[in-house]
Amino acid sequence: MSVIVDYYNYWVVVFLMMAGFYTVIAANNLVKKIVGLNIFQTSVFILYISMGKVSGGSAPIVAEGITTYSNPLPHVLILTAIVVGVATTAVGLALVVRIKRAYGTVEENEFKDKDDLI
Amino acid sequence: MFEQHFLILPIVLPLMAAPLCILLGQRQLAWLLATLVSALSCVISVNLLYAALDQGVLSYAVGGWAAPWGIEVRMDAASAMVLSLVTAISTLVLIYAKASIEKEIDSSRHTLFYTAHLLCLTGLSGILSTGDAFNLFVFLEISSLATYTLVSLASDRRSLTAAFRYLVMGTIGATFILIGVGMLYMQTGTLNMLDLADRIAQSGPSRTLNTGLAFILVGVSVKLALFPLHMWLPPAYTHSPSAVSAFLASTATKVAVYVMVRFIFTIYGVEYVFHNMGMDLILLLLAIVAIFKCSFMAMAQSNVKTVLAYSSVAQIGYMILGISLASAAGLMAGLLHVFNHALMKGALFMAVGAVLYRTGSVDIKAFRGLGKKMPLTMAAFVIGGMSIVGVPLTAGFVSKWYLVTAALEQQHWLIAFLILLGSLLAVIYIFRVIEAAYLKKPDESAASKDIKEAPMLMLIPMWVLALGNIYFGLDTTLSVAAAESAAQWLTQSSMSVGGGQ
Repeated sequence: MSVIVDYYNYWVVVFLMMAGFYTVIAANNLVKKIVGLNIFQTSVFILYISMGKVSGGSAPIVAEGITTYSNPLPHVLILTAIVVGVATTAVGLALVVRIKRAYGTVEENEFKDKDDLI
Repeated sequence: MFEQHFLILPIVLPLMAAPLCILLGQRQLAWLLATLVSALSCVISVNLLYAALDQGVLSYAVGGWAAPWGIEVRMDAASAMVLSLVTAISTLVLIYAKASIEKEIDSSRHTLFYTAHLLCLTGLSGILSTGDAFNLFVFLEISSLATYTLVSLASDRRSLTAAFRYLVMGTIGATFILIGVGMLYMQTGTLNMLDLADRIAQSGPSRTLNTGLAFILVGVSVKLALFPLHMWLPPAYTHSPSAVSAFLASTATKVAVYVMVRFIFTIYGVEYVFHNMGMDLILLLLAIVAIFKCSFMAMAQSNVKTVLAYSSVAQIGYMILGISLASAAGLMAGLLHVFNHALMKGALFMAVGAVLYRTGSVDIKAFRGLGKKMPLTMAAFVIGGMSIVGVPLTAGFVSKWYLVTAALEQQHWLIAFLILLGSLLAVIYIFRVIEAAYLKKPDESAASKDIKEAPMLMLIPMWVLALGNIYFGLDTTLSVAAAESAAQWLTQSSMSVGGGQ
């Protein structure tokens, strides 16, 4: 039991990661694939953010009477990764828009037989 | 005073020039700017390579913040060698692209092509120069995002689905690397590569580090298209514009190989990855399967670009094979093949792009009789093809030779035999194209009558690479010295960590 309670943040990460990964693989709609990709990336953001927490630590702002601070570095790192994630989503959705224009559909099974490759 | 900033210039120059290309708006000017910036980065990189061979390692603290707190830009023989290669290929591809993209990319998107190309170059130079594991991920994503855009620029609509597939797989790979780097940080509390190496050597194996290694290796394998994670590569190379295929085939996957070498040899160390985790056997098996499976796939294709794409996956197998031998000789052969393969695939994709420019098709039927109509292009194709096969006097022979020697050094007779057998398979898929070009009769329709030699701007870079294949097959002083010193530096540093620096 303690394995679940003590590490609940990692269980959240694992659940989100697998949910996103499954959506990427199983979804037929290209927009849903991008959404799945986003959830997959978000799980990693939580992994980073929760690893910076020091038990009993406060927010990393210097204040009187506080000696233990959480580690701010993972948060800063993940800001960069969030920007990367947003950029990836933007490029992905832009591609979906162009695919819709070129093929008239964003459902994977509907253009699979017209072109042998996706 | 200015010289100390040289190390960061291959990243900063293309980054600054990329938005300028859009602002200039005019495609001739954008082309000129992109080519000049790329050439300048190339000159600087070659200077850095000689400096790195001379002094061992060059270091630069970004913003004046000393490592391990600040981000360190660090250049040793391995990174300087691949950086010189990438910037040189980029310059040649840009010269080639001017004529090539006229027929393959809508003219309103030409400035965007140059912008995306420069951003991709920024990312690749960044990966090669950085000394920080997280920074490496950021640059990897910069280059990847630019790559997805480049692939989707072709006017063929299948390039869109190819780019989408590449985006999905590439992002999953990059996220895996991010997870792995997170695990490393969790265990060690640092992101600087040398610091990481020190602390991993001190703390010894742990479950967190093992998991991190697994995530990183799988993520990098997606990026370098190691079998069976190569599914994005054939469609992406087939449907992207020829200039993009030539650039990606000879740089992007090579830089990913470099990333794998960095993580295995510099950060984790040979001992950890190969002896404790037994990764050498897994990589070796995947590499051999890649060589054979993808060579057979290459034989079955009728689109010549797809043939070359599958051949790329097979050739990546040789590089990984060299790495998985876990010796200085094997690593050196792997790095040498990175260098030589860039020369041959660059020349081959450029030749195929020239055929597409004149005939409008890259189907093997379009190659019939081209030996007479486009003699210079097809001669360059033959030289590149000979190099892939590993015929003596070409660059491909040199790296195969070192690869076989490295395998025999460890008494792996079977592996040496398989390397030679793989080369025979390359003969088949390359010769199919050469046979069509020289031995088959051209079809005599009116459209094919006026096919003539490709324009000068396409022939020059193509022949620079083709002659490069011959030059580095005859005079191996520079390439072998760089690869040797890189391999020595990498294996030494991974043996001697713990002493600290």
